[in-house]
Amino acid sequence: MARAVTSQRKAINTAVAWTIGLAIFFPILWTFLTSFKTEAQAIADPPVWFFFDWTLDNYRVVQERSNYTRFLWNSIYIAGGSTLLGMIIAIPAAWSMAFVPSNQTKNILLWMLSTKMLPAVGVLYPIYLIFIQLGLLDSRFGLTIVIMLINLPIMVWMLYTYFKEIPGEILEAARMDGAGLREEILFVLTPMAIPGIASTVLLNIILAWNEAFWTLNLTASRAAPLTAFIASYSSPEGLFYAKLSAASTMAIAPILILGWFSQKQLVRGLTFGAVK
Amino acid sequence: MSTKASRFSARLMLAPAVILLLAWMLVPLTMTLIFSFQRFLPLRGGFQGWVGFENYIRFVNSSAFWPAVQTTIIIVGGVLLITVILGILLAILLDQPIWGQGVVRIMVIAPFFVMPTVTGLVWKNMFMDPNNGLLAYLWRFFGGDPVVWLSDVPVFSIILIVSWQWLPFATLILLTAIQSLDSDQIEAAEMDGAGTLSRFWHIILPHLSRAITIVILIQTIFLLAIFAKIFVTTQGSFGTRTLTYLIFQRVLESQNVGLGSAGGIYAVILANIFALFLMRIVGKNLDR
Amino acid sequence: MGEIVLEQVTKSFGDVTVIPPLDLTIEDGEFTVFVGPSGCGKSTLLRLIAGLEDVTSGAIRIDGRESSTIPPAKRGLAMVFQSYALYPHMTVRKNIAFPLRMSKMSKAEQDKRVEQAASVLNLTDYLDRRPGQLSGGQRQRVAIGRAIVREPAAFLFDEPLSNLDAALRVGMRLEISELHNRLKTTMIYVTHDQVEAMTMADKIVVLRSGHIEQVGSPLELYRNPRNLFVAGFIGSPKMNLIEGAEAARHNARTIGIRPEHITVSAEEGQWSGLVGVAEHLGSDTFFHVHDTGLAETITVRADGEVSFKHGDRIYLTPRTEFMHRFDEQGLRLP
Repeated sequence: MARAVTSQRKAINTAVAWTIGLAIFFPILWTFLTSFKTEAQAIADPPVWFFFDWTLDNYRVVQERSNYTRFLWNSIYIAGGSTLLGMIIAIPAAWSMAFVPSNQTKNILLWMLSTKMLPAVGVLYPIYLIFIQLGLLDSRFGLTIVIMLINLPIMVWMLYTYFKEIPGEILEAARMDGAGLREEILFVLTPMAIPGIASTVLLNIILAWNEAFWTLNLTASRAAPLTAFIASYSSPEGLFYAKLSAASTMAIAPILILGWFSQKQLVRGLTFGAVK
Repeated sequence: MSTKASRFSARLMLAPAVILLLAWMLVPLTMTLIFSFQRFLPLRGGFQGWVGFENYIRFVNSSAFWPAVQTTIIIVGGVLLITVILGILLAILLDQPIWGQGVVRIMVIAPFFVMPTVTGLVWKNMFMDPNNGLLAYLWRFFGGDPVVWLSDVPVFSIILIVSWQWLPFATLILLTAIQSLDSDQIEAAEMDGAGTLSRFWHIILPHLSRAITIVILIQTIFLLAIFAKIFVTTQGSFGTRTLTYLIFQRVLESQNVGLGSAGGIYAVILANIFALFLMRIVGKNLDR
Repeated sequence: MGEIVLEQVTKSFGDVTVIPPLDLTIEDGEFTVFVGPSGCGKSTLLRLIAGLEDVTSGAIRIDGRESSTIPPAKRGLAMVFQSYALYPHMTVRKNIAFPLRMSKMSKAEQDKRVEQAASVLNLTDYLDRRPGQLSGGQRQRVAIGRAIVREPAAFLFDEPLSNLDAALRVGMRLEISELHNRLKTTMIYVTHDQVEAMTMADKIVVLRSGHIEQVGSPLELYRNPRNLFVAGFIGSPKMNLIEGAEAARHNARTIGIRPEHITVSAEEGQWSGLVGVAEHLGSDTFFHVHDTGLAETITVRADGEVSFKHGDRIYLTPRTEFMHRFDEQGLRLP
């Protein structure tokens, strides 16, 4: 819809858009700025903006006080592990449905989607119980499995829509050229699917990183990732805004960066291919 | 494009995903269903007999149920209203040629990537705190009395926080949908004498209708399950206890598993009603 | 070698029968064209031969070897697809070498064959580009290159020219014909365009709803169409098919006369009518003539210099020696 517009119109649009954009972004910006203040400056009246004594103390304190690295490592383990495991299961499944569809394919896809709609709270106790029985409560492995399973439908769907875009004729050409199933997947399908696979991985890491129902309910201290670490700040003692900000900044920074890369894929992933 | 051999290996490759999801869905759901017909109190010896539909009736008749339903509807409805309307306006604005479009886009989208617990705590403390929050400064600056957000207008506060997180999602999807609108159509409408407003009503809005429906359905499903933001802000007090939170409390806090499971089944049914509509739209899309 | 024999081959998708029992022999070295309207089963037939679809029943013999259960990779055939189906992530060189790499040929031999194919197809300068950087015609040549390097028993072409513009199509048609003349390998070529069929084929197979309507050389089909369908399908512009009293005069249900077999005059002739649309191609002119007293509009070919205009009265005389007669079932009368 890009059309020629007078530069006056453009200037007005720009001003409005930037104002709104900054307003929406402001809480993040403010958190970022506060993380470099002292606790006194963090609650100063009137608020201080840029001209304060920038300090890295909060980051140091957060690291020391709460063993931040352990939570970070747990987050990485769970997000990375669930994504890796999920992809190992989702890629063959999506491949099979995209390239060798049967008359059940559509139903299977929709059914998978329906499992994603299952409200977590409805199965909270059974999972809790199963976890206790299997000794998985507060274990990274158990959480990894659960998070992999809740995101598996999205992974399969996203990969499916990407695979669907690879023309079937190219795979047939490979077959005619003498490639067996293994060579077909290795030399033709995988290289062509890498952009789609990368986007799926990216989105899945974001979703797993921010998951905050199971991570809060199935962990205590050992396996708790950053979501739970931040939640531990909800009962404040004394001055802590700057430290909360530092912890928050560290928790969201990696995902913000990944998120910016995957804006476009996000739409496809979260709408199950219905909007591209 | 398929031969028998490739069909067989395809089924084999699909199997792990199907089996895992089937187990993930059936096992816990069956357990919940069974618990819901039991008097089951883990702290007092667990299973204490079958009670038929008593839990279902008690859950609905409890004094907390209808307020929770009301809160859920107000929060979900409020967030949908705000995110969809603002999302449409923002999407149209971002579709216009502006300087620094990419940067504005990134700023608008950013809240979606923020961890829900961070969202909840940052808003609760740094913005809505009645003493040290930024909004309190703002109120004082204009000579007003600071609002005690999370206890004076708790539901509105939750709506505000959740909307901040989900507005980017609505905007991003609606923007994607607007960009797929053929500019020929707009130009044709212009040639036919349609003004800005009627172009919006008769061309842009109908074009967006499908995307809006999808946004509403997907958000509803996710919003019904909102948990972390309430967990770290009000813990369900001050009338912010949604259905999800109520069930959570019944199951894990008061450890009344039978009652909570009945509530869980209600939640499953509720979510499935919306899921059904969503799946019909997505399914139609598959046929194209 | 590349003799392909189909014996009682059938194909159904569920309850839908696409190919009823069908027999066909394609001789070694022959250029065979499957032609027919869309949905006639010609592409399905090609894919059955390729092995991309399983036959429901029947046998496919390639050089005497029953192949209907052999996977496509092992049939020794090469195929050129409508969309070219080039591997977008590989260079032209790697695209062409892919089948050789799959057959574990030595690197040196691979390079030799790729260079050879590239020089034949004028692709030498483009070997290190990706398909995305090539024009439609060049992509087409890469697809052909990929097919020829492996020296297959037969080439299968699935509407290979339909994505090209008109001028390129004529050029590629010639190139493929020349390739056939040089390689003398069996080629099976699927198209819906009867011009391609006429200009390229040694043997045309006309298909409709999975049935073979007629098999023969282009001129056989042109001169002696077995039935109304073939008569209407082969030839451009289409044969005039006339029913009613005029046909009855020739003891037929339907008579057919090609536009090029009618003489045109300003003064006298068997039929008279008014010129509707006149299409001046330069070399030829086609007139669509109304109000001849026949139910049908008659198309006639005249010399490019003949200059009747819209609304002119014109006289037509069919050359009876070229007239085709058909009975009630649409079959040709002797």
